Amino acid sequence: MTEETTIKVRVQRGTADDTPRFDRFEVPAHDSQTVLDVVSWIQQHADPGLTYRFACRVGMCGSCAMMVNGVPRWTCRTHVRKVLGDAAEIEIRPLRNLPVIKDLAADLDPFFDKWVAAEGRHHPTRTRHDPIAPVDPGSAERAQASAGIECINCAVCYAACDTVTGNPDYLGPAALQRAWTLFNDAKEADRDAILDAVTGPGGCTSCHSMGSCTAYCPNDLDPMSAIAGLKRAAARRYFRKAG
Amino acid sequence: MRAVPRAHPLWLAYILHRLSGLGLALFLPAHFWVLSQAMTNPARLDAFLELTGMPLVKLAETGLVFLLAVHFFGGLRLMALEWLPWSAPQKSLAAAATAGAFLVSTLFLMRAI
Ligand code: SF4
Ligand code: SF4
Ligand code: FES
Repeated sequence: MTEETTIKVRVQRGTADDTPRFDRFEVPAHDSQTVLDVVSWIQQHADPGLTYRFACRVGMCGSCAMMVNGVPRWTCRTHVRKVLGDAAEIEIRPLRNLPVIKDLAADLDPFFDKWVAAEGRHHPTRTRHDPIAPVDPGSAERAQASAGIECINCAVCYAACDTVTGNPDYLGPAALQRAWTLFNDAKEADRDAILDAVTGPGGCTSCHSMGSCTAYCPNDLDPMSAIAGLKRAAARRYFRKAG
Repeated sequence: MRAVPRAHPLWLAYILHRLSGLGLALFLPAHFWVLSQAMTNPARLDAFLELTGMPLVKLAETGLVFLLAVHFFGGLRLMALEWLPWSAPQKSLAAAATAGAFLVSTLFLMRAI
């Protein structure tokens, strides 16, 4: 290991009303240091006014995502060593494609609004008074549904997607993947409502299959393929109706 | 900071597909105009066709065939990726598409010279 004693860090500052500016910090380097450790050190030792978000610190809650040298990442699970590479400094910014609240805290409201807009909510087949419906864990549909179920709503994929950047109405990879998960759920009662929600303007057909969502999801999920599934389901329904 | 921070193979395939489409769209009007000369001004068409013997024009034609091949294979790749529910082989498909495009355009170049 090289005996670097400090790390140079550039941090975006300001609220939604300011033009973003960058503050520079020198942070003591440690072994196994994460980007979140760096941000916390700045807040605790250099500038108590720095605003950022985290909770679990182990990649469970999805609240610590930021842009690190231009790439969206869970900062709690990203080692400084991994991102520093040849770069002279680390640049930390709030998640892309979302409004800023302040400093490194992005406003996730639009992200969650789109989960609702994509019908990312369960339409039950039974009431609480009925017996629980059995689910066949071996079925092909269940495999599709299970593939996306570990999503923790961190918005890393949403920040990675250039289609979201170009089209503010685009529902985005996480919401669409959620819709595909429910579409394949044996307990889902209204598949047509889901397809209606995801085939409007900004729906699954806006996806360009560039795969940035899949490339950067820290959970190794594959929203791009989920969206392709929605495209196929929508096309099948269209031809069935037309035929 | 790296120049393109979020570049990865599928993203590059996507960019290549868009740029080749743009290049072809820009080329097509000129192409049709030259073809139209066959009816309106055959002498000018002949003079123009003379030019196609020049190495520089040959090189430009190779570029065009490359664009066409990239766009063609890019389209095939997209259809395969979205219509065949595969997941892992997508990256190799993207690579194969670019390789195929290179192959076709190199073949064309070798034939031309
Ligand atoms: S595959 Fe679709 S959702 Fe994923 S990054 Fe590309 S455009 Fe966005
Ligand atoms: S799909 Fe992955 S990157 Fe996107 S919100 Fe879910 S866990 Fe985060
Ligand atoms: S702090 Fe919970 S995922 Fe990083």
